[in-house]
Order: sequence, then structure tokens, then C-alpha cells
Amino acid sequence: MSERAIIAASLALFLAGASFPFWRNAAGPPRPLDLRLPQGHRECVAPIAYMRTSHGDLLEDWRDRVVRSGQHVFTAPDGSVREMSLVRTCLDCHEKAGFCDRCHQYVAVAPDCWSCHVDPRSPR
Amino acid sequence: MKITRKAFLALLAAATRAFGRPRPRRMAMAIDLAKCWKDRGCTRCAQACHAAHNVPRIPDPRREIKWIWKERFENAFGEESAGPAVAGAPVPLLCNHCEHPPCVKVCPTGATWKRESDGLVMMDEHRCIGCRYCMAACPYGSRSFNWSDPRPFLRAIDPAYPTRARGVVEKCTFCSERLARGAQPACVEVCPPKAMVFGDAADPSSAVAQLLRARYSFRRKPGLGAGPNVFYLL
Repeated sequence: MSERAIIAASLALFLAGASFPFWRNAAGPPRPLDLRLPQGHRECVAPIAYMRTSHGDLLEDWRDRVVRSGQHVFTAPDGSVREMSLVRTCLDCHEKAGFCDRCHQYVAVAPDCWSCHVDPRSPR
Repeated sequence: MKITRKAFLALLAAATRAFGRPRPRRMAMAIDLAKCWKDRGCTRCAQACHAAHNVPRIPDPRREIKWIWKERFENAFGEESAGPAVAGAPVPLLCNHCEHPPCVKVCPTGATWKRESDGLVMMDEHRCIGCRYCMAACPYGSRSFNWSDPRPFLRAIDPAYPTRARGVVEKCTFCSERLARGAQPACVEVCPPKAMVFGDAADPSSAVAQLLRARYSFRRKPGLGAGPNVFYLL
């Protein structure tokens, strides 16, 4: 076999391997995202569409207000009043393992909230 | 309408009172050593603080983390200050929440700052990059560094308060989270002989201000000019 053929075959093999995840995902139906939603709650502290796209921004805003400005009270768009607290407000309804972690894993992001903040459902 | 000079000044003063900034508070602590020494082995203040704030117990003294702890009198105030009556006596030490905190001056990220409303020296572990300049600057050894993940050294974790992560500095916060809901610092609340009094030293009617007027008080390393807000009474 000529060198040219070996190089071409290896290149083809490499490209096939490297692009395998794309082919595989394109071939099958999308993997379902199975989230454990809070039971008995239909509304979050803000409209659900906003929370889906921007909960990270909201949490960073809460963090800065609480830590830097000493404010603790959040008035939701619907007028209800909540404490700005990841552990006491968000995790009051949401489960870290079944909700936060599952979605973050699904979209392959690793926020470092939990290196300090503690899940009250499993405090280890 | 004519207005007299006196009335004009009174009006200005009233407007300043009504619309001006509220007078900033200056939170301070007075520790009555005579009361504290009723039980020299007592460590309730440190236990309560460290349990409330998830402060780990790390056996290696080079890596230990402490928010409030006890030190021999001569180590806290200097050999020359320790007469035979007080030498060796344990003194509770914590962050002094200084008037001119050197740790704040050196912090390159603003992770530690002096809160204008009440003078607390705050700590934001989110912004701490672990450079430890503040630890070098603090003349009181009030700051600790997390050389490793503290969680393995915590027997119990209180989810109401975050732990810290490897690579950040921490210290006493005068229980800012408890003050926010109108409570006293954990150490003050738990102290069996009520040796610690906490309050607004800028308010002459506060218990701490009255104590500081009535009793002889002293502070650690006053000559450095940091202006500690933890006072010791004898």
C-alpha cells in the first residue's frame, strides 16, 4: 500500500471517529431530560421562561445583593416576597440532585455553587 | 418672606436630619475578662461559632481554621503587659473589625471590605482568590486559609450556612447573617457568664458604649492604629 493510501485511510478513520458524537446524536431521537419538578408548585420566583434562560443571572444578582449590599428580600414580578437565598428559597421547592444537577449535567456545565453551599436534603 | 439667619440654619439642620444619610453605626464588642475567667476551660463561644458557621476542626496547627479562639494573655497583649495576676490566663480572640482594617487595604479583589452602615469587616468568599495578602496584613492573626477542602474535617454540616472551598480565606464576620435578622452574635448569645457585650458603640445609650465609658478597657496592639473594635475589660 502506498503512503498516500495509508494517510488517506487514517485521516478518514480519524474524521469518522471525531465526528461520531454528531452522527450518533443526529441519528437517534434526542436523549430525554428527565427532571424531578417541584411537587405542588406551578410558579417560580419569576416567569418560567425567564428562569429557564436566566436563573444564573438571577442567582448572581441575588448573591451580590445579599453579600455586598446586605439586602435579603426579593420582590417577585407577581408581587410576592421571598428571601434571596439559594438554600432556603430555591431548594425549598427544587431538589438539587433531581433538578439542578440533572440539568447541569445534561447541558455539560459545572457551576461551583455546591463547593460551598450545602444541599439540606443530603448535607454531605 | 424674610427668614432670619437662625431660622435658616435650623431649617438646614432639619433637612439634613430628614434627608441626610443616617448616622453610621459602629458595631463593637466588649469582653469582660473577669467574667470570662470564671471558667478558664470554657470554650462555648468557639463551639457555638464554629458549629454555626461550619468551621472545620483541623488537627494540624499550620492548617487550622479558627474564627474565635483562646490565647494566653501575654500572647494576646505582649509579654510586658502581662503581670503575674494575668499571665497565662486565656483571652478570647476574634476578628477586631478594625476602624482602619489593613486587610481591606491590601485585598486586590475587594473580597474583603468595611461595611459603611455598621463598620463590619465583611468577607466575600466568592471574590477571594486566595492570595493571602490579608493574612499577612492582619496584625491579629484573625484570618485562616483553606489549604484543602474543609468538608472532610466537619463532623456535622449546618446547611443554613455555606462551608468554604479550598483556596479561600475566612474569618469572623461578627455574625452578619444573625445581625441581619436582629439576633446577637452566636458567641455573645451562648457565653454562660454573659462576658461578651455587643452593640453599636456610636450610640451613647447602647450597652457596649455605656460599658466602655464606665469601665477600664484596652485593646490589642493599639499603637498600630488599626483601631480594633473588640475591647477587653478588667
